[in-house]
Amino acid sequence: MKTLHGIAASPGIAIGPAFRFRQVDLRYGRYTVESADAEWARCQAALETARKQLAAVHAKAEAESGAEQAAIFEAHILMLEDPDLLEMVQKDIEEHNVNAEAALSDATEKYAQMLEALDDEYLRARAADVRDVAARVLRILLGVAESPTAGLATPSIILATDLTPSDTVMLDKSLVLGLCTAQGGATSHAAILARSLGLPAVVGASQVLEVPDDTILVLDGREGTLLVQPDAGTVALYRERQAAGARVLAHVQQWAHEPAVTRDGHRVEVVANIGNVEGAQAALGAGAEGVGLLRTEFLYLERTHLPDEEQQYLAYRAIVDTFGDLPVILRTLDIGGDKKLPYLELPDEMNPFLGLRAIRLCLARPELFRPQLRAALRAGAGRNLKVMFPMVAMVAEVRSARSMLEQCRAELLAEGKSVAEEMQVGIMVEIPAAAVMADRLAAQVDFFSIGTNDLSQYTCAADRTNAQVAWLASAFQPAVLRLVRDVIAAAHARGKWVGLCGELAGEPLAIPILLGLGLDEFSMNLPAIPLAKQIIRSLTLEEARQVAQAALELDDPEAVQALVKERMPLPAA
Amino acid sequence: MPETTLTIHHQVGLHARPAALFVQTAKQFRSNIKVVHGAKEANAKSILSVLALGAEHGAVIVVRAEGEDADQSLAALTALVESDFGEKT
Repeated sequence: MKTLHGIAASPGIAIGPAFRFRQVDLRYGRYTVESADAEWARCQAALETARKQLAAVHAKAEAESGAEQAAIFEAHILMLEDPDLLEMVQKDIEEHNVNAEAALSDATEKYAQMLEALDDEYLRARAADVRDVAARVLRILLGVAESPTAGLATPSIILATDLTPSDTVMLDKSLVLGLCTAQGGATSHAAILARSLGLPAVVGASQVLEVPDDTILVLDGREGTLLVQPDAGTVALYRERQAAGARVLAHVQQWAHEPAVTRDGHRVEVVANIGNVEGAQAALGAGAEGVGLLRTEFLYLERTHLPDEEQQYLAYRAIVDTFGDLPVILRTLDIGGDKKLPYLELPDEMNPFLGLRAIRLCLARPELFRPQLRAALRAGAGRNLKVMFPMVAMVAEVRSARSMLEQCRAELLAEGKSVAEEMQVGIMVEIPAAAVMADRLAAQVDFFSIGTNDLSQYTCAADRTNAQVAWLASAFQPAVLRLVRDVIAAAHARGKWVGLCGELAGEPLAIPILLGLGLDEFSMNLPAIPLAKQIIRSLTLEEARQVAQAALELDDPEAVQALVKERMPLPAA
Repeated sequence: MPETTLTIHHQVGLHARPAALFVQTAKQFRSNIKVVHGAKEANAKSILSVLALGAEHGAVIVVRAEGEDADQSLAALTALVESDFGEKT
């Protein structure tokens, strides 16, 4: 048995075989072919191979998970055989002598965009299916062996260098027991995804790529370890711990819908971080009392054009409607820098985390910002929708953003549209400058939401995606906790409320400290909600205050975590 | 040309699985079959075009068929839609 050490990224224990996620490159050239007939024949041959592959996938899915789950592959086969699509491809090849890769991509993309333009959220999601089918045929045309997960047949622990958001889309979640990456820190995409799905994960385990496929592994997401080829006794021990963990979760789940009130009667809000309509429905089920962070990037990613106001309005409205009178906080577009949109043509930057992103980009490009503000104002009509601006560094940015919002409101009213009459406006506090100036900023807004993921990396000047230094960017750093304390105090002094939507809010060891510092709203990933509520209910505000005070006098993150562990044992089943 | 007007009662509308069943049924016939929803018209044998109609729950669609087995095709599609795509017994 060998033990690999990484960063604990998402709690839980996974036991199963290793599966290595390998990247494939689907870039193709666009060229003129000599014989259109030969090219169309090549295209048809690839389509036939794809059809055979899909028939096999369909049969397997049907045998394993039933007709209902397998139906999507039936739809994929029909897409491959689609007469309208094939006619378009054939015509393009025959009339323009275009190569098959280009003709097929153009035609499927046309349909994908047509589907994306529909009002219905579920039909729009079918665009991903069209693209999935196109990618399968492209792989065959390009001679790229198979998809990164084509061989993934049994539930496995996924090993990868790192996982981008689009990689994770390709993973069949029902076959993923846990994740382990060689790079990245606790707030890298893979880690965030794992926590949002409730999957155990370890990141930054540099030697993980040396583990061959199918090796039996035990992954401990709380300790940050990966045991390679453990003996039977060790496996049995971890199975028992896995079962005990499941019992605690089942136990706290019973009271997931009860409010989070401390033993001495102090109530706080426990809300969800979500990124789409499906998340909204799941959030209610998990016991969320609203949404503390609605990421709007889902509307912009995996597209070829900017979503227009109407598309955004319908998407936001569907989400707000799910929550009725409960609050939903929409975070305006947080892209630029490391998160890019191909159709925006943003220049490469030396230092994307410090670059033209989020509110900076939106203020620089009003044509990007205004449709979103208008859509939000309309979606908020008669509902409890609030907006917040990400990456604010100074007061002037808030003034500009607010004035743009007011302009949009005036325009909509002049157009006779119904808009949110009173919409609370807040900012994310994630830049140290904003934390330090919280007293001045508080005068400009209705609330703050502290983003501890970015706040820690900026405060400690440590890139959270760099495994060598990611440990420095811990939100348990007393430096970060002191900033959190100051932000809450500054806001409360001016009668404003404060939420926290970083990963810290759902972290069991951080909850007593945040409660003690006076945090009003805890916003977290869905799987963390039931336990977080139970922890809050097990405490008194007074004992939380004492722990918070003691924690702020310590020297390092480990000491802070040890202190909480010692003083406040987790609720047990 | 025979045509029939149908209402989609399926709770999610003409989505992936109902649309697939619809197209598979249409493909069993030689007739040229069109589906109209509002201003959009689709080839009933093209799943992409049928999905792109955006026919949600409650949508009213018109199905037209032309060819030797036109009547049979309309009967089969009507039965499918009225049985809520096989989910109603």
